[in-house]
Amino acid sequence: MKATSRSVDNVEIIDLQGKITIGAGDQQLREVISNALNSGRTNILLNLNGVTTIDSSGIGELVGSYTTVTNRGGKLKLLHLPAKLNELLHVTQLITVFEVYENEQDALKSF
Amino acid sequence: MERDGERIEITISSRFENIELVQVIAEHLCENAGLDEDGSHWIGMAVREAVANAIKHGNKLDVKKKVQAVFDLRGLDLTINISDEGQGFDPEKVSDPLNPKNLMKTSGRGIFYMKTFMDQVRYSFAPGGGTSLVMTKNLAKGTGIATSSKH
Repeated sequence: MKATSRSVDNVEIIDLQGKITIGAGDQQLREVISNALNSGRTNILLNLNGVTTIDSSGIGELVGSYTTVTNRGGKLKLLHLPAKLNELLHVTQLITVFEVYENEQDALKSF
Repeated sequence: MERDGERIEITISSRFENIELVQVIAEHLCENAGLDEDGSHWIGMAVREAVANAIKHGNKLDVKKKVQAVFDLRGLDLTINISDEGQGFDPEKVSDPLNPKNLMKTSGRGIFYMKTFMDQVRYSFAPGGGTSLVMTKNLAKGTGIATSSKH
């Protein structure tokens, strides 16, 4: 998985590319979130447009990241959810946990 | 790997990077049987979850231990058997990810996804060790997940 970060206003946008699966990307996601938090960036927008594959382990990391950021007083939101990830979050009712946006400007305004 | 008619067997060592090999076989088998891309994807995902569990929980990431996957397609009835060399577990003790108290857990959704995408999921445990998972799917039936056209 490849992660690139950019800051817009007070929001850290993390653009993710590739797989978030067990042994490939799940650990990386945790690290990139941790790095953002350790740099004082607690408003985080995950851009999932480039995510090609995700499994239950990757979804677990999304949930863990949400909890970690929230516990640090921040907000984690999702942008450009791929269709299949959207379905996976729906069947486990996790879609009720995350704020999801299809438009980056709308997402940034929500923080 | 052997391919004999509609039966495919593959044995892998317990490395996460081998999961995709098995998933791709599942998806191609389904597509070749006429299932659409979405349907094949969800079955591939069930296989991915099963193999990941076999590697992580069954074989405890011991690369010397093997995971065997057998795909058997008879008409449109697909049977998938995933076996590991582990000590087994009690399926009744797997937590329900839909229970609100489990919603924010970071694990425990793999078996739920398998049951969502497949018609039936059954475990059996050999007395001397080893777990065998059998999942079945009639390819003419939909999966338990909507294929949304929204996106």
